[in-house]
Amino acid sequence: MSLSQAAQPAALRKTSELTERLQRALPKLVLAPSFAVILVGVYGFILFTGLLSFTDSKILPSFNLVGWDNYAKLWGFRNWITALQNLAIFGSLYILICSALGLFLAILIDQKIRIEGILRPIYLYPMALSFIVTGTAWKWFLDPGIGLEHTMHVWGWESFSFTWIKDGKMAVYCIVIAAIWQSSGFVMAMFLAGLRGIDNEIIKAAQIDGASNFNLYRRIIIPILRPAFLSVFVVLAHLAIKSYDLVIALTNGGPGRATEMPATFMYSYTFTRNEMGIGAASAVIMLMMIASVIVPYLYSELRGGRR
Amino acid sequence: MNLKKLLAGSALVTGLALFSAAAVAEESVEVLHWWTSGGEAAALNVLKQNLEKEGVTWQDMPVAGGGGEQAMTAVRARVTAGNPPTAVQMLGFDITDWAKQGVVADLNDLAAKEGWDKVVPAALQAFSKYDGKWVAAPVNVHSTNWVWANKKVFDDLGIAQPTTWDELIAALDKIKAAGLTAVAHGGQPWQEATIFDAVVMSTGGPEFYKKAFIDLDPAALNSPTMVEAFDRMAKLRSYVDDNFSGRDWNLASAMVIEGKAGVQFMGDWAKGEFLNAGKVPGQDFLCFRFPGTQGTVTFNSDQFVMFKVGDDRKAAQEKLASAIMAPAFQVAFNKVKGSVPARTDVDGSDLDACGQQGMKDLAEASEKGTLFGSMAHGHAAPAAVKVATYDVITAHFNGEMDSKTAAEELAKAVAAAQ
Amino acid sequence: MSQATPETAVRTSLLVRALIYAVLLIFAVYYLLPLFVMLVNSVKPLDEIRQGNMLALPQVFTLDPWRSAWSTAQIGVQPTGLRPYFINSVLMVIPAVAISTLLGAMNGYVLTKWRFRGDGIVFGLLLFACFIPFQIVLIPMARILGLLGLAGSTPGLVLVHVIYGLGFTTLFFRNYYDAFPTELIRAAQIDGAGFFRIFWRILLPSSGPIIVVTVIWQFTNIWNDFLFGASFADVDSQPVTIALNNLVSSSTGVKEYNVHFAGAVLAALPTLIVYIVSGRYFVRGLMAGAVKG
Repeated sequence: MSLSQAAQPAALRKTSELTERLQRALPKLVLAPSFAVILVGVYGFILFTGLLSFTDSKILPSFNLVGWDNYAKLWGFRNWITALQNLAIFGSLYILICSALGLFLAILIDQKIRIEGILRPIYLYPMALSFIVTGTAWKWFLDPGIGLEHTMHVWGWESFSFTWIKDGKMAVYCIVIAAIWQSSGFVMAMFLAGLRGIDNEIIKAAQIDGASNFNLYRRIIIPILRPAFLSVFVVLAHLAIKSYDLVIALTNGGPGRATEMPATFMYSYTFTRNEMGIGAASAVIMLMMIASVIVPYLYSELRGGRR
Repeated sequence: MNLKKLLAGSALVTGLALFSAAAVAEESVEVLHWWTSGGEAAALNVLKQNLEKEGVTWQDMPVAGGGGEQAMTAVRARVTAGNPPTAVQMLGFDITDWAKQGVVADLNDLAAKEGWDKVVPAALQAFSKYDGKWVAAPVNVHSTNWVWANKKVFDDLGIAQPTTWDELIAALDKIKAAGLTAVAHGGQPWQEATIFDAVVMSTGGPEFYKKAFIDLDPAALNSPTMVEAFDRMAKLRSYVDDNFSGRDWNLASAMVIEGKAGVQFMGDWAKGEFLNAGKVPGQDFLCFRFPGTQGTVTFNSDQFVMFKVGDDRKAAQEKLASAIMAPAFQVAFNKVKGSVPARTDVDGSDLDACGQQGMKDLAEASEKGTLFGSMAHGHAAPAAVKVATYDVITAHFNGEMDSKTAAEELAKAVAAAQ
Repeated sequence: MSQATPETAVRTSLLVRALIYAVLLIFAVYYLLPLFVMLVNSVKPLDEIRQGNMLALPQVFTLDPWRSAWSTAQIGVQPTGLRPYFINSVLMVIPAVAISTLLGAMNGYVLTKWRFRGDGIVFGLLLFACFIPFQIVLIPMARILGLLGLAGSTPGLVLVHVIYGLGFTTLFFRNYYDAFPTELIRAAQIDGAGFFRIFWRILLPSSGPIIVVTVIWQFTNIWNDFLFGASFADVDSQPVTIALNNLVSSSTGVKEYNVHFAGAVLAALPTLIVYIVSGRYFVRGLMAGAVKG
């Protein structure tokens, strides 16, 4: 089948060189479409939004530049400040409690629980629901007139009161509750997989050395789970940002504007108030905040965690 | 998992989808709207059937939510993508904003042929036309400064229809003392703004309303009269129940229908709820103007904006516009919807008592010059200003600021939104 | 009294075990409660819902709300129920999931087995795509879809979902393939296998677990998406989430809560089934890769 390379005529050698170079470039060629599409669809659009934030766009994009006007106006809006505060509260509570709860449940289930087969789908299914469904169900549940408070009253516990969702200061915590409900099961599954993947030898060795259960978890198991924490963080941060749907379904930004989030703010200014320039400015700030949290974390994980 | 089969399967499915999308309909109109429930959808269905009789297929594009918020987003995406729907339901200044972009059709020929200029009130035409050209066909005229009351509650407590602010407060006090909820209210920004429309009109009269909400005069917005209006809103706040926050407006109507509450301040779409529950105006419920606003009408009008479409769709589009303006349709539609026909030359005797009252008030106000667009519903100022006022009104209603601050904030917010 | 089975690494006492079961069961109630509320109230007639309390079992059991939600509820002008929109969703979801999974697999393969300078940065850039809020994307994407002639069509929706799913699918596969022994690849190369042959014959066949994870994640996200469906879909391509929203968010009329709940559960059925049926493989799949570094 094969002539030795030296015996091949020049033309054939050229083509085989070409195919070799193609073969070497192939991986990059395969990756290229995805990379190109993301470059345009994500980074290109971010730049476009950035550009819009310096224009006087109203109902549709316009390209008249107005300098920093939109940003100046932005910080004068009460709703924007409220939105940022809410994001800080919601984001941090959501990610922290969801991770802690997921880890806690995973550790419990990892103790060779016999009903795991039944529990797992119960914990996981909320993730399958869309935010509209979750928001509708929880809105009902948390409404004092027809939900939990009403039920408690009917059951005889007259003084029970749970009106958070109608209270301007507490409504954001209702969103936290519903969001945690939706995702903590998924987080539990991720940690459970991580726990199951830990080599038993390491654990046995630590126990022979006399480690208590508590220290076992704290010193050995949890550090091994670092890659799982990365994935969990990515998933939760992604969901926290997408929480627009949940807020709209649950409180629609209310009472008043008390549960405004940057995502609802941006949507409102761009699509409802026909002030696309200001909406774009708020989007840019939102992206910068996201990047400031995610980029350092990703960087440290991807650099440090390499094998 | 056999990947090859999976790929072949999805290729086939994608191919099918492409094929079905390429199938073109003959004369058809695509209408984007947010009337997705019982009464309104039934009313729109009348239009659909009328068009089908003329051989035009109706392609329905419903996008519910937020009184049109989601729909407006969808429209934006469609227009940007270059394939706008044939017609879109829109309110007030949104129509003007879109017309400014130059993406709407010119209906002047049709309008001249059918004589629209003569039968549509001038205040409505301000929105149906842009730059002298007809761009939208109005379906109805809603008015927002109504009060809906449960007659039995009024009769039992010996309350007569209040005609002044003080009489209103006295009536509400009586209802509250009887252990009922005096004012059925849904705590959403637009609902509070709807009440605010009427309160401002009753506090300052038509000239003040015009100066503040239509001319957007900062001196009127931050004035003692405005502070008084906010004070009145705070007073009304004391008559709502604890659970009002976030409640949908039709659930508040239900409270009045069932006799759990005395009155609701809402536009005349509330009448649809009462009629649907089998209640009769004058017997089971009362409809009267917000005390202090008699003789004036703050209105909003649902209009179908016709977007610029290719020549192949123009004929169907004109048939749609014509069908919307047809007198018979206007009566049939508004009977179901609870509003008043946009044409002043139709016979309103088929409407119920409140509807007929509405038609009379509309004609009167149009003549006297006291027919004004509702700020709360986008007919006094563009969306940016409208929602900016929502922010202040709802913050004040929820107790986050006092009346003096509210008036200042109102002037600031309106200025920032222009 | 301690139980130390060979598999359980951690020794626990009976009391602690009882506590563990109790805690797990309490949380199970927390997770189940909203679903219970939805199901129980979707088979009650409307007056019972208004009068009664949400946790009570129905006094009158009726399947009418389900029938209504499926085929007669008012979604637009026509009382069509959710049924026609299901097909639209299916036509959109299946190609989108298939394509984004395949591309993610190939990307993961390249990024881990065919290293080149800067591949870390490329991966980081791809990963950041997971975090972009979709509202930013709407207007520019609408313009592009219009230019491509895909506006308002199912293929257009498929394209959009593929683009914004690439970040996650690449992440999942890249983590998985990272743990795949490189020696096997080298051995195959020595035997003369090329880029694609290694992919089809060696990597993909053993990617079962991570394919399950990716498919579940993508299926759920794409099926439940609302924003893209509302903005880029046309009369023929509106997915079921839009229909559900039209059902639930209508601005007038009696709120038929029972129909809303029935509709919500119906719209969620495909994803629920996917989760419950493949739950076990899901955890296995996660074990195999998504949670490794």
